[in-house]
Amino acid sequence: MKFGVIIFPGSNCDNDLINVLQKVSGGTVEQLWHKDTDLKGCTHIFVPGGFSYGDYLRSGAIAKLSPVMDSVSTHAANGGFVMGICNGFQILCESGLLPGALLRNEKQKFICKNVHLKCENTNTSISSKLTDKPCYQIPIAHAEGRYYADEATIATLNANGQIIFRYADENGMVNADSNPNGSTDNIAGIANEGFNVFGMMPHPERAASDVLRNTDGLAFFTALLEKELA
Amino acid sequence: MNYEVSVNIMPHKGLLDPQGKAVHQGLNKIGLNQVHDVRIGKKIVLHVEAASADEARNIAEESCKKVLVNAVMETADISVAELA
Repeated sequence: MKFGVIIFPGSNCDNDLINVLQKVSGGTVEQLWHKDTDLKGCTHIFVPGGFSYGDYLRSGAIAKLSPVMDSVSTHAANGGFVMGICNGFQILCESGLLPGALLRNEKQKFICKNVHLKCENTNTSISSKLTDKPCYQIPIAHAEGRYYADEATIATLNANGQIIFRYADENGMVNADSNPNGSTDNIAGIANEGFNVFGMMPHPERAASDVLRNTDGLAFFTALLEKELA
Repeated sequence: MNYEVSVNIMPHKGLLDPQGKAVHQGLNKIGLNQVHDVRIGKKIVLHVEAASADEARNIAEESCKKVLVNAVMETADISVAELA
């Protein structure tokens, strides 16, 4: 198991991810520059948050053209693990590795706050340890986080259990009031059909330290190690 | 030949366009109540070297499909003009 974090011009959550991945794995984390085509033996690829290429054209639209993304697509097609957080989720949707798109928030504003996530499928490599609470407090920080896909795609995601996280209230209830950005059906995070590619708008890597007074995000990463050990 | 290709991109009709909604409210606020809907898209202008207008259009269509337009959320109209 080897973790790698991709860095695009404009990525700004790469160090948060590297920090938490080093902490949970106890090993070094490979930094993969967007111009790289060699994934350097990484088994787990993370696409971090930020504003790759200044969000020009659409969030993630230019990043998907980076040389490294061809290698990431091949890695994913071979069943390799890929996880995109925030801008990383946008990039994976733009790349076609995940269905749907992230649109401008319903209320136009950039939203930076803690939200609660209900885990809808605990049978995946990132969510297998999210079983002890009705919901997990994780921050969001985005302007384009309104998940959208057509009805047929949403139905397929529901039927397959590909919707992993929904925005909820502090009791784990999913309702309109707990939807911060207007996402379809409160969707905050999804997986692909093969459950090896994940995307989520909230930032578990920003909630994985006692210093930050929130460690709810740690389990998203330690779950990966458990899976490996099992 | 050189062509100027205009790509007009709009969000899908059924999709909420919060920018358009905010601008619509602004126009109504200054008394322009005749405006009953606003939707905001973008225009991208390409200068293309091609043997014909059809070829220029094909290049623009490929650009749209691969980069300029996300079909999940947008549609595009393309118009081609020959440059003198």
